[in-house]
Amino acid sequence: MSDIGYVRAADQGSALALVAEDPDAVFLAGGTTELDLALKDQVVHPSRFVDIGRLPLRGVTRDGDRLRVAALTTMEELAADPTVRDRLPFVREALLLGASTQLRNMATIGGNLLQRTRCRYFRDPEVGACNKREPGSGCAAIKGVARMHAILGAGPTCIALHASDLCVPLVAMDAEVELLDADGTRTVPLTQFYRTPGDRPDVENVLRHGELVTHVQVPLLPAGARSGYLKVRDRTSYEFATTSAGAAITVEDGTITWARLGLGGVGTVPWRAWEAESVLVGAPANERTFRAAAEAAIRDPFTVPGTAFKVELAKRTIVRILRTVTS
Amino acid sequence: MSSATTARSTQVTVELRVNGRTYPVRLDSTTTLLDALRDDLHLTGTKKGCDQGACGACTVLRDGKRIVSCLTLAAQCDGSEITTIEGISEDGHPHPLQEAFVRHDALQCGYCTTGQVMSAVALLREGRAGSDDEIREFMSGNLCRCAAYPNIVAAIREVAES
Repeated sequence: MSDIGYVRAADQGSALALVAEDPDAVFLAGGTTELDLALKDQVVHPSRFVDIGRLPLRGVTRDGDRLRVAALTTMEELAADPTVRDRLPFVREALLLGASTQLRNMATIGGNLLQRTRCRYFRDPEVGACNKREPGSGCAAIKGVARMHAILGAGPTCIALHASDLCVPLVAMDAEVELLDADGTRTVPLTQFYRTPGDRPDVENVLRHGELVTHVQVPLLPAGARSGYLKVRDRTSYEFATTSAGAAITVEDGTITWARLGLGGVGTVPWRAWEAESVLVGAPANERTFRAAAEAAIRDPFTVPGTAFKVELAKRTIVRILRTVTS
Repeated sequence: MSSATTARSTQVTVELRVNGRTYPVRLDSTTTLLDALRDDLHLTGTKKGCDQGACGACTVLRDGKRIVSCLTLAAQCDGSEITTIEGISEDGHPHPLQEAFVRHDALQCGYCTTGQVMSAVALLREGRAGSDDEIREFMSGNLCRCAAYPNIVAAIREVAES
């Protein structure tokens, strides 16, 4: 038996109020992360779930060259959207390579952005040393069995990975997150939404308590651009990325004129490879350029013995996806 | 719609609609759909494997779409149409997928089988049984530790082609 309460929010206003009034209340959407952490692993301890699952925050609308995705749209629904299929194919690929169909029918886009790390030490309440759960308690992963952990944005306080596939093309495309609370709305670029651990691994993003993700805006690929998402993993399907890369590129007369690159499986936050993009734009679309971009993307990694292999694997993942989208 | 609770209560009143029948139940607020089906409604065909959304043994349909019932609160399903393995036979005859699973010996211990069948029912509706590779990919949320996978794929393919 658990003493966590449950209330279904009748409308958006009451949902905001029900969470804002109680510092330990949480929004409940698809539940695939929240229920797992609260009821099964018991590493988070909400006072109550405020179920927002039936609020009218569902569906995809197109506004010129942007897509506006309501936060309760499921992963399966977004993957099936015709505009996503035609104009953001690597978003669709990333969605369908994530989780299983059952989970994609439950998991929402807002929840995907806010999913918690799969670090097994974070998810094990028997482990005392976790700076993400208890700041200052240490990091068991760094001296433990690390593999599905981060090498970029990581440091001695925390190497927990942000495991989203979807966020990789979203950061590459400069997606923006619309947030709502009693004071009104604000829009935050996804690349500025997340925080690397630093000395506060427990603070993962800029979201304030009681603030609700209502929409995600995604610019569409420019005409002529090609995109692709490559996910490298330990089994063929239904597994988190060991490394992944999402690339969108425009090539004219053999020269790269526009490039976007996001990385998964390597960052404490969904990783935008800005330096690699600088290498790519203006350069010839060839192996030498791709390798130079990969070297620029994985600079100064923080590795432990279990994650050192990711340095080269991530570079090869980048080279391969760049080769694919330019061939 | 029955209101699925009051703010401070840890008990909820939920109207579960399962296989065409309506069950009003009073539950702990954090009771999963899986536990409600098995322990309160005594519909034990839905199995508890990992209980963490990783194995697919607890797959059911909610409003026609496959979900894992272990990571779903019963309260979230208030008023939704749930279909379990007990609800897929027609006029007392097993579902064609159930017959195909038997014909192809698509199980050994049988523990994952009801989840496999429910997932396959949805897979066919989704139109994702076009090839063996597609079946494997879109059935990957259902694990079988006896590794009856080749026979599971064969059973699904047979029904998809019939």
